Amino acid sequence: MSDIQVANVPKIEMPEGIQGEGFFATQFDKVVGMARANSLWPLPFATSCCGIEFMATMAPHYDLARFGSERPSFSPRQADMLMVMGTIAKKMGPIVKQVYLQMAEPRWVIAVGACACSGGIFDTYSVLQGIDRIIPVDVYVPGCPPRPEQILDGVMQLQEITRNESIRRRNLPEYQALMESYAIQ
Amino acid sequence: MPTDEIKDIAIAEQQLARNGQQRQYVNELTTLNLGPTHPATHGIFQNVLQMDGERIISGVQTIGYIHRAFEKIAERRPFYQITTLTDRMNYCSSPINNMGWWMTVEKLLGVTVPKRAEYIRVIMMELARIADHLICNSILGVDTGAFTGFLYVFQKREEIYEIYEEMCGARLTTNMGRIGGMERDLSPVAIQKIRAFLKSFPPVMREFESLFNRNRIFMDRVVNVGGITAERALNYGFTGPNLRAAGVDYDVRVMNPYSSYHDFEFDIPVGYNGDTYDRYMVRNGEIWESLKIIEQAMENLPEGPYHADAPEYYLPPKQEVYRNMEALIYHFKIVMGEIDAPVGEVYHAVEGGNGELGFYLVSDGGRTPYRLKFRRPCYIFYQAFPEMVQGSTLSDAIVMMSSLNVIAGELDA
Amino acid sequence: MITNQEIVDDLVGKFGGDLIFNPVENYGLLNVETTADHILAAMKYLYEHPRFKFQFLTDLAGIHFPDAKGKELGVIYHLHSLENNVRLIIKLYVPIENPVVPTLVNQFACANWMEREAYDFFGFDFEGHPNLIRILNVEEMDYFPMRKEYPLEDATRKDKIDELFGR
Repeated sequence: MSDIQVANVPKIEMPEGIQGEGFFATQFDKVVGMARANSLWPLPFATSCCGIEFMATMAPHYDLARFGSERPSFSPRQADMLMVMGTIAKKMGPIVKQVYLQMAEPRWVIAVGACACSGGIFDTYSVLQGIDRIIPVDVYVPGCPPRPEQILDGVMQLQEITRNESIRRRNLPEYQALMESYAIQ
Repeated sequence: MPTDEIKDIAIAEQQLARNGQQRQYVNELTTLNLGPTHPATHGIFQNVLQMDGERIISGVQTIGYIHRAFEKIAERRPFYQITTLTDRMNYCSSPINNMGWWMTVEKLLGVTVPKRAEYIRVIMMELARIADHLICNSILGVDTGAFTGFLYVFQKREEIYEIYEEMCGARLTTNMGRIGGMERDLSPVAIQKIRAFLKSFPPVMREFESLFNRNRIFMDRVVNVGGITAERALNYGFTGPNLRAAGVDYDVRVMNPYSSYHDFEFDIPVGYNGDTYDRYMVRNGEIWESLKIIEQAMENLPEGPYHADAPEYYLPPKQEVYRNMEALIYHFKIVMGEIDAPVGEVYHAVEGGNGELGFYLVSDGGRTPYRLKFRRPCYIFYQAFPEMVQGSTLSDAIVMMSSLNVIAGELDA
Repeated sequence: MITNQEIVDDLVGKFGGDLIFNPVENYGLLNVETTADHILAAMKYLYEHPRFKFQFLTDLAGIHFPDAKGKELGVIYHLHSLENNVRLIIKLYVPIENPVVPTLVNQFACANWMEREAYDFFGFDFEGHPNLIRILNVEEMDYFPMRKEYPLEDATRKDKIDELFGR
């Protein structure tokens, strides 16, 4: 297997650090950030048409698995990022919130599709105008539906955020203020 | 215990007795909440199941978790903007919904569509039907634990998406077609892609079938699971592959042909006892029949215009708008919505991926419909699910739900 | 081949012109109108008719005409005879103060959810329905959204200013 040549595969960059014979010293933050960014397990919360584009993203043509999302977990406790794909109606709102609350830290949220970002084309009495009314969102991926490349771009943006975040962001005052504003303990 | 629980238990005991089983636990009934978010529900709808051990006694359904008020929105939008709503109903096969809506409007306005446009519409609709059935069958495989079929088949769906992109620019929510025809002709690239698809798809489909059709494990899981008799199916308003699996050969393309379907020769696959295996096989059969229709349409594609000569409804070409006064006026009137429709009521049905998709349009002469009712097949046949699932185990219920192909967008609309 | 005229003649012959009235042909589809008291009998007759056999209920739609006093809310039944390939639409209108319509659940099992949807959107009271509660909207909703007096948008929202959106 060692003689297989794979040309131009972008490798994950090494963080800066001091290297020597048999050791590599760097900041703990960076290592943890690298680990988190390259193994984001999604919770596909697919409600409508964007869910089908997510299925196309998981399919071999666009392949979300090569970004580390090998295991889409449907259990909130074992997932890192909540991908809300599709329209969230007001009836569904409490359920999204419950799923978000059950996720263990660190957790991130991607709002995929115009409906999850802001209600989309459905400005009606029954549709929640964007999930950021009930849960905090990290990345917004607009589109109706967004192409799989756009969803992958959203995941890559999240990887950037994750890589550079502090390890224990839940102790930061801004984060706690954000959670307060959503009435989340 | 409340009285309906006792009634349900009595019915379930009868059903179990018919299968030669007995109730397992005397005093305990577990309540299991299946949904709305669950890895195996295709879309969000909730079933609260009452279970006696492993067997399901009754189920209470809650839907509406993705209710987007399409019918109310439709009363606000002019006719050419309603296709965006129809796209998002059965989003796995959007072109069928789009074409169904255009045909309804053309019926109301009295516009005749030229032959070439009808053939192009047929090609797009049949590609959409193939895409829809491919999702259903491959996800049925995933729900029984077989992931590989899904991967093979989605590669082919990417090719179908590329054909849609040639035709209208979008992959999933296509918004395809215009009043009186199509927005652009089949480009040479599109024709070449369709021909390539027709050649490359049958081997993949055969491989998919070889994985599942006579697979011992798959058959053990789906044969004789979730059967429904033809009488009950008709009483529940079943249409489409679910009804054809129960033995009734009702297909809107044959019974009320539209868009030149009478020019094509195709069979209607029909099952025996309406169980999950029959539904799976009927959908596979329909994929092969759709391939036949596309081949015939490509071979006999007539020459001619790809849209009707209806300047009040069809946007004139942009070069004309800049040079010709009439074209400018029509363009303005159409886009600003000053063209009024005749007063009337029309019902038109097409054969959607899940059954008879009907559009009941009441027009009061304004630029938007007065009332538009979508006859959504998923909404109507999903009512039968508690009856079909009584007496079976939870894993059977999952497989049954998967094979019914309930699409949440169409369920709630 | 059963023609629309035959169906009209048969129905009027059986029930009389004051219970089955207003036959109209809309784009080839026959529409007749009846009253709420009579709909069950008419449906049963059409179901058991030896020749027509209208045994498939395709759809059930509600409609609201705020200007037609005394007949504001209407129910529109779409029937289909699969053996003869004939469709039929039956309408009935009820006043908005008392929109009581008997249920068709005992004859067509698919009428269950269709009637719940009509109740949810328009507020019909289907007598005899086993479970007439809201189906698509939130259970706590206290108005019937598809009626013409209610707006499409959420009336309680604060962020989207109507002038900016051209309303």
